[in-house]
Amino acid sequence: MKQYSEKEIWEMLVSVPDPEIPALSVLDLGIVREVVLTGEQTLIKITPTYSGCPAMKEIEENILKELQAQGIDNAVVETILSPPWTTDWMTEEGKEKLRKFGIAPPEGSSADKSVLFGEAKKVTCPYCQSRNTQMVSQFGSTACKSLYKCEDCLEPFDYFKCL
Amino acid sequence: MQNELVQYTLRLGDNALILGQRLTEWCGHGPILEQDIALSNMALDQLGQARMLLQYAAQLKGEGSTEDALAFFRQEGEFRNLLLLELENGDWGKTIARQFLFDTFNYFQYTALLQSEDETLRAIAQKAIKEVTYHAQWSAEWVIRLGDGTDESHKRIQEAVDSLWEWANEMFVADAVDELMLEKGIGVNLTEIHALWEEKVAQVLAMATLQMPAETWAQTGGKQGDHTESLGFLLAEMQSLPRTYPEAKW
Repeated sequence: MKQYSEKEIWEMLVSVPDPEIPALSVLDLGIVREVVLTGEQTLIKITPTYSGCPAMKEIEENILKELQAQGIDNAVVETILSPPWTTDWMTEEGKEKLRKFGIAPPEGSSADKSVLFGEAKKVTCPYCQSRNTQMVSQFGSTACKSLYKCEDCLEPFDYFKCL
Repeated sequence: MQNELVQYTLRLGDNALILGQRLTEWCGHGPILEQDIALSNMALDQLGQARMLLQYAAQLKGEGSTEDALAFFRQEGEFRNLLLLELENGDWGKTIARQFLFDTFNYFQYTALLQSEDETLRAIAQKAIKEVTYHAQWSAEWVIRLGDGTDESHKRIQEAVDSLWEWANEMFVADAVDELMLEKGIGVNLTEIHALWEEKVAQVLAMATLQMPAETWAQTGGKQGDHTESLGFLLAEMQSLPRTYPEAKW
């Protein structure tokens, strides 16, 4: 079996997509936390976005499949919980890809959720760039997204909420 | 001590699992699409938290125990969830009231668990608190919307809060397991959480133009395995597939 460097492993993971948002790789999302090479084992540590994220199993399998395709058959994927995932780990490139995919990327840090009926965060419409948008529901099509609509182009869109 | 930690972890895990299962019953039946989706999202968060907790409980138990074995092959008497969470959903008002009373408790509970001496529970709390914060905000807003809404919605949410009060009281009744876990710095102080909870609940009920129910007794037993008849029906549905086809693979 060919020996790869840690850097080469990271480069291979660029081509592993997120199953729910295939425009993004697992690296864009910041799900992969660490690659550890011990000689006997290629250990990839990943962390879930949400604890109930149904994509974790598939992400694990896709990582193993990709590495096997490159001739690495001693790969192990481990799920770690701490430190917990945050949207701050999403790369700038990842945010740009999200926008092109029609999902507004997370903006700034998490809103103050202790304020009931607080002013919903203003989010830029990924279609027409208008700031004149409104939150329809805090909970959207997946656990990580809220549902918004644009008051200018009238398109509904998903917003990747801060966590 | 090990046995108490298993019990404590099972209580946290079973709370998440049983509430998650109850919430999934709303999937496809919510009053409007967005709120149907919101409840399904919260159910998913609860099931995710349940998985982390039951994985940990299984690991602590050893003897080949797994999260699936704990979820699908235990009998009613072995479940350690609060009675409040196994009660039938009732109408939208009752579902919201239960969610609000529990989310508010859960928010303070996980905030306290961020300081737990147990490394795994602390890591799970770090993950869960982010999700539970969204839940607590959502359910509090709904209590206000219903309380300060129409005469009918006001009446129904008030009835729901009143009828659930004695069940909610179980959250704050500490037993020997709770006391030992608190002493070891692993578990939370239920007396302190009760005070925080009461203050927050009173504030939201006032905003909702609702009456705080009078002090009453506590329905207890869930944490020790004595359940209402509702749990059996819930488990029958939840466990039927793995019990019928124990070797089934997804």
